[in-house]
Order: sequence, then structure tokens, then C-alpha cells
Amino acid sequence: MKTYKFQLLSLFGALILLTSCGNNNGQNKSSGALNSSNAEKVYVAPGEHDEFYAFMSGGYSGNLTVYGLPSGRMFKEIPVFSQFPTSGYGYSEETKPMLETSHGFVPWDDSHHPDISQTNGELDGRWIFINGNNTPRIARISLTTFETEEIIEVPNSAGNHSSSFVTENSEYVVAGTRFSVPIPQRDMPINEYKGNFQGALSFISVDPKHGHMDIKFQIIMPGFNYDLSHPGRGKSHGWFFFTTYNTEEANSLQEVNSSQNDKDFIAAINWKKVEEYVNSGGGKKVPAKYAHNIYDEATHTATSTMKKEVLTVNPLDVPGAVFFLPTPKSPHGCDVDPTGNYIIGNGKLSADLTVHSFDNMIAAIEGEKFDGEAYGIPILKFEDVLAGTVKSGGLGPLHTEFDGKGNAYTTFFISSEVVKWKLGTWEVIDRKPTYYSVGHLMIPGGNSRKPFGKYVVALNKITKDRYLPVGPEMEHSAQIYDISGEKMELLYDFPTHGEPHYAAGIPAELLAPKAKKIYRLDENKHPYAVTSPDQARVERKGNEVHIYMSTIRSHFTPDNIEGVKVGDKVYFHITNHEQDFDVPHGFAMIGQNSSELLIMPGQTKSSLWEPKQVGVWPFYCTDFCSALHQEMQGYIRVSPANSNIEISWSLGED
Amino acid sequence: MKKASILMIIGALLLTSLFKFPLWNIMLGAPQYPEPLGMNIYIDGIQGMNEFDIKNIDGLNHYIGMKTIPKPKDMWEFSVFPLVIGSMSAFGVIIGLLGLFGKVGYHWFLGWLIIMTILDVLGMYDFNTWMIDYGTNLDPKAIMKLQNPDGTPMSYKPPLFGHQKMLNFDAYSYPRLGGYLMGVGMIFTLVAFYVGKRSKITNDENTI
Repeated sequence: MKTYKFQLLSLFGALILLTSCGNNNGQNKSSGALNSSNAEKVYVAPGEHDEFYAFMSGGYSGNLTVYGLPSGRMFKEIPVFSQFPTSGYGYSEETKPMLETSHGFVPWDDSHHPDISQTNGELDGRWIFINGNNTPRIARISLTTFETEEIIEVPNSAGNHSSSFVTENSEYVVAGTRFSVPIPQRDMPINEYKGNFQGALSFISVDPKHGHMDIKFQIIMPGFNYDLSHPGRGKSHGWFFFTTYNTEEANSLQEVNSSQNDKDFIAAINWKKVEEYVNSGGGKKVPAKYAHNIYDEATHTATSTMKKEVLTVNPLDVPGAVFFLPTPKSPHGCDVDPTGNYIIGNGKLSADLTVHSFDNMIAAIEGEKFDGEAYGIPILKFEDVLAGTVKSGGLGPLHTEFDGKGNAYTTFFISSEVVKWKLGTWEVIDRKPTYYSVGHLMIPGGNSRKPFGKYVVALNKITKDRYLPVGPEMEHSAQIYDISGEKMELLYDFPTHGEPHYAAGIPAELLAPKAKKIYRLDENKHPYAVTSPDQARVERKGNEVHIYMSTIRSHFTPDNIEGVKVGDKVYFHITNHEQDFDVPHGFAMIGQNSSELLIMPGQTKSSLWEPKQVGVWPFYCTDFCSALHQEMQGYIRVSPANSNIEISWSLGED
Repeated sequence: MKKASILMIIGALLLTSLFKFPLWNIMLGAPQYPEPLGMNIYIDGIQGMNEFDIKNIDGLNHYIGMKTIPKPKDMWEFSVFPLVIGSMSAFGVIIGLLGLFGKVGYHWFLGWLIIMTILDVLGMYDFNTWMIDYGTNLDPKAIMKLQNPDGTPMSYKPPLFGHQKMLNFDAYSYPRLGGYLMGVGMIFTLVAFYVGKRSKITNDENTI
């Protein structure tokens, strides 16, 4: 097992720095010395491992990428909401059901906000959740296989943006709607939005044992836009906070019409109260159609079921469960500090940050100091809940993360910088430019009770000249800063895949030891698996031909197949018999209207081929598996539709 | 003689550790195997260091046409060795007990050790013979047929003891815990012999 020597390495680096300071008195301020120490801080020697995993959302790639910090090296792209020809995800018969929705097969989405499961408010490294923004879905990804295990569609939602954030013990993964829509959907004039459209906030329960998700309830809120959210933690555990914009309820030219109110709201939801209400029979079951797709690791196969109804809750039916906290200037990010007391609304059209206090909020609620209501939901007085304002001097605050040492770090999109400020005194401590126009930022565990405040990564929206030019379209840029000292220090700059929005980081030692190396062949329950080569065979069922094939370095069993006819539906079911770490086999068939399959040791994958032309057609292994990888190939004879050649197969026969 | 007999009994009992711990170990490391593949050789069979090591060694060996690693039923040694070790241990304990009650002299301890040493040498010889066969008796249709510079077919026999470079693999062959405990046991019986001998001389002198 590799050890995580980076701390040692950086200590060593610090030692060198100290030594060099001693040797070059007065010269240590040269930029050369500074640069070399920064290089050492991100240098992970060949064969060494990074200190942190970083999971970056893929944005419009629909996927999730895995990076190492501080090196910025990318390790894997995990296919989530998008077809992925590299592995066959979304193309193989086993994984097609993962992308089923109430709208049919949707092969793409826009993934935004990964969040790692928590226990007692700390990262536990079991699963990572991520939202599909476009066709509202939440995915759960295993952090032992690093594969997507489950996707649940979210009905009554549109633009699944204030998602997918987990509560302190992963009781719920929460999904809020960005667009308000008619609930239920119906044919009506768009300009009758106001008062008719509504926004659903969905609380999806997570089974503590296997992680399976189920929509426990949806709170049907007024027709605002629910932008981002975060859970309460510590003393505010049991609450969830959502920023809103478009409290104007405009339905057109929102960039102007949704920016008229000086203050929008942060919606504070006492979900524990709603849960109690629901558990005692409250709420209303309404018809809804949404897909629930589960991938089973034992059968290596996903199944999709269409659900028919969902439990909705009218917030007015649960007094004391929902309040509005006025928050200036169309707040975007909604972040809760590690103690759970401060709720930060990042007013994106403002220069200032608004910090609400949970204690103040509870006092205001208990004192019933309301400032009117919106659709029956009490609005608290801004001055009563406000803890402080950060006069940042920046412009366009978006998101805030925490280092666990009493500091907060906020991104400013318009002024393109990260600003470090102190919780409680609200004073700005430091600011560093980003390149360019930063969106989210990420400190490993930075939105939990226990942040690992060593690095912050800025995830930028604009790249321009940061790297060698590659034409108009390019990857997004990220910067990593050392935040272990009083001042932030820019260490390194690296491109990221797709358009990362949020990211989630976790110490490597929490995940690496339990990462799976192979799937056990003796646990393979795939209905078409062959667990020994003598079970390999070809069966005809009408015009369906099922090829039960096995692979091991360096041959397919069988590799000569005859008796297939034009018009047949030929299913390859391929089981990789390797039980050795990092020995996948690939499979590709000439002319197949699909992607390859990449089959991990012990795994079975299937794909469909519909031969259209008579001939003898080759297939081969696409993964350079061994010295004899080039020999890993075979032929299928395709005869005319009316021929009467019987199915036959062989391996190594002359 | 009491001390000597107890040493003899302990020494003979240490042999039984071979029923629990491996006698020998062969490790195979290569650039592609930063975590080396390994085999533990027990008196009743061969097991992988990790669960799938034997399967993976067999998988690699098929390129050079080696036979698969033998299962216990494939080799008579794996049924005979436990009997031999069990018998020798019991025999050692018996003569130790007899020595304790003054029924046999210290020479019996040396006799046991000589028999055990002969059996060990025979065992090593047999082990080496098996490895020669395993490493040279290759499938004529092997995928890779490699030759030494002088044109003779390359042998893949692992070293009997120590390290050897074989193609991309570094092979290491050393005794394992069971083997070491057997060695310690045999040293105990040698000490038992000397202690017995000295106490005899001292007793004789006292008698005089």
C-alpha cells in the first residue's frame, strides 16, 4: 500500500527552505526562491501519491472527474449522466437503463455539485452524490468502485440546481428546483407564471446501509428560483437553507426583471419538522412519473423502474417549518460555516456578503418578529437575523468555503478573486486574483464540520490565455492556493475537464485503502456470465443470438463463430476472467452501431450487434492487455438471412 | 538430562508449526507487479500470498509454456510430507519423554537429528528436482520460446535459495516462518544432545 508521503515531502521542502534562508540571509525574498518552494509544494514525485482526492463536476460533460491535490493530475473520468464510449457506459445493455428517464433515454446532462456523504457532519467517504441539472436527476457514485450506482429522477423540478447536498448524517440528499414550473405540469400561458408556478424542494432519503435513494417528500414552495443550498450542521442540524432569486416571479428577460427587488430570500427549512409531519401521515401523494435506476454490483447490471407518485408537502400545513430570511441582491451561493451558526448569502449583484446568524434566526422565530409574509410563509426581519456584513471590496460574490480555523474564503466572479475573511469580525484578511472569473471554490471538507484547510482550489469560468492556445473551445482553468498561512499563496494552475462547477475534496487516506482493485469472478451474478471458459457458448433464440464469451490474456473464448445471419440481433456477453489488478479487456466489433466495451476483471458486459452484410467480420480486444494483445481477435461468419448454417463456435481448433 | 529432554521435546514439537505456517516462500516481482506475486509452500500444498496470486502466476506462465502450479492432489509429496513431519515430531517427543524418565540416553537425540537432517536434505533435493522439471519441461507449443545466448532453451527454474533475475521478474526464494521454526527446533535438539552429554559427564564425575 502506498503511503501518503506528501506531508513528509513538504516538511522536507520547508526544511530546505529554512536551510536556504539560513544560507542566504537577506536574499530569501527573491522570486526565484519563492517559485521553487511553490514548485515543491505541488510536486508529487513519480510513484508517490497525492494527499487529497478532488472530485470535480464535469458541467456540460455530464460526468465527474477525479483529480489529485496538490498535483492537479487527473486520474479518472467517472461517467454519470452522459454516454461514455470509453467504457461503454450508456451503450452497453447493462448500463443503458441508467440513463432512462420519464422523457425516455436521455444520454446527457449538466452535472454541477458533487457532495461526499457525511457522518456526524464529517466526510465519511462512502458515496459521492451529484446532480443532473437539465433533466433533473441525482446520482450516487460508489467511492470503492468509483462508478455510478444509482440515478433517481426528480419530478416537479426543472433545472435541478440547488442540489445535491447531503445532511449531516447523509439522512437526505437534497435537490431544489431552479425553475419554477406548473405543478403538476399542464398547458397554460407562460405569462400567467406569477402565483401559478411553484418550486419543489425534494428531500431524497439515503439508505444508511446500501445508499439507495428514495424521494421522501417534496416541499412545494412559491414560484421563485431556488439557486443553491446547504445543510445546517452542528446546532443548525435539522435545517436546510436555500438561496432564491426571481422573487419578482418574472417569466421573461429575467436578467433585468429578476433583478429588481433589493432583497430576495434565503429559505430556511426545518426538515426535521417536515419529516415528523410526513412520518405521522402528513402530506399529499400526487401522481408523478420519474425513473429510478439502480446498478447492481453483483449482476453488473442496472435496472430502471418508473415510479408513479410522490409525496408533496404544502409548507403552510407545517407551521414553524419554513421561513424566509431577506438577503440582498439575488444571492447565489448559500454556505454554512463549520459551527453551523453562520449562513452566508453571496449576493451576486453586490459587493458585500450577507451573513445571517442561526442563533438570531431562532430568537427571531421564537419572538415571532416577522416582517410580513410571502404566500403565507413568514418573512423574518433582515436586521434581526443579520450577524454581519463583509465589506469585501470585491464584486460579484458567488461561493464561500471554510478552513476550519475561523476563516472563510469567498469567490468573486466579476472582480475575479478569492477573498479570505474572518468569521465573527467580518474583516478581510487577504485577497488573491484568479484567472479568470472564478465560480466555485473548494477546500477539502470545506462545507462540513471538519474542513481540511490546507489548499483551496479556484474553479474558473474563463480560461483565455492561461495555456497554449487550442482554438476557440478550451478546457476551464483551475488554480490551487496554499492556505496554511495567514496569506494565500498561488501554487499552481491546471486545466480541468468539461466545466467544473462545484467540487468535493477528501483526504486520500479515507478513500485509497478501500478502493476496489478487481470484481470477484466468484461473486459475478450476471445472468449471462460464464465463470469458466468451458461454459462459453453460442445460443440462438429465434433471430436473437447470444454469445457467452470469456476473455483472458490473450484470447476470446470462442473466437470463431459461424451460423449468424443477416438480420439477427447478436448479443455479445463478455466476461473478463482476469483476477489481476488493472487487466481490463476491451471488445469492438467492426461496423457495430455502438461503442466498444471495456470490461474490468471479473465483470460481464453486453452489447448488441445487428449484422447487415454477409461476410466474415472480425472483432478484437481494444485494451493493450498483454504482449499478445494484437493476437487477441476473432471472426464471425455472417451468412444470408435464408441460409441454414447451424450455430457453431470454436477456439484453437484447426 | 532433565533439561536436555525438555529441550528435545520442545525441539520436536516445533516441527508441528509446519502444519500451520509455510515452509518456504517464492516471490516474483516485476515492473508491472509493484506488489509482487508470491507463493507460500506448505507441507501439504502451495498457496498464493494474495488470493489470486496462483491464478495470476499460472496466467503469466502460460506464455512460456510452464505447467500450472500443482494442486495438493497432483503431487505425492503433499500427502507424504505431513506424515513424515508428524511422525518425526511424535518420535522426537517420545524419545524426549523416555530421556526424561531415564529410559534412553542422549545419543538418541543425535540419532533423531541425523535422521531429520537426512530427511530435510532429501526434501530439498526433491523440491529442487520438481523445480527443475517445472522450469524446463515446457509446452513445445509455448507462445514464447526463449533461448540462452548459447542456443539452449532458457530455464525458468526459480532459485532453490536466494535471488535470481528471470526475464522481467525478480525471483526470491527463502524459508518462511514454518521453515525457520523447524530449523530452531532442530538446533534445540542439537543443544539437547550437548546438554545431555555434559550432564552425563558431570554425573559420571560426581559418581566417581
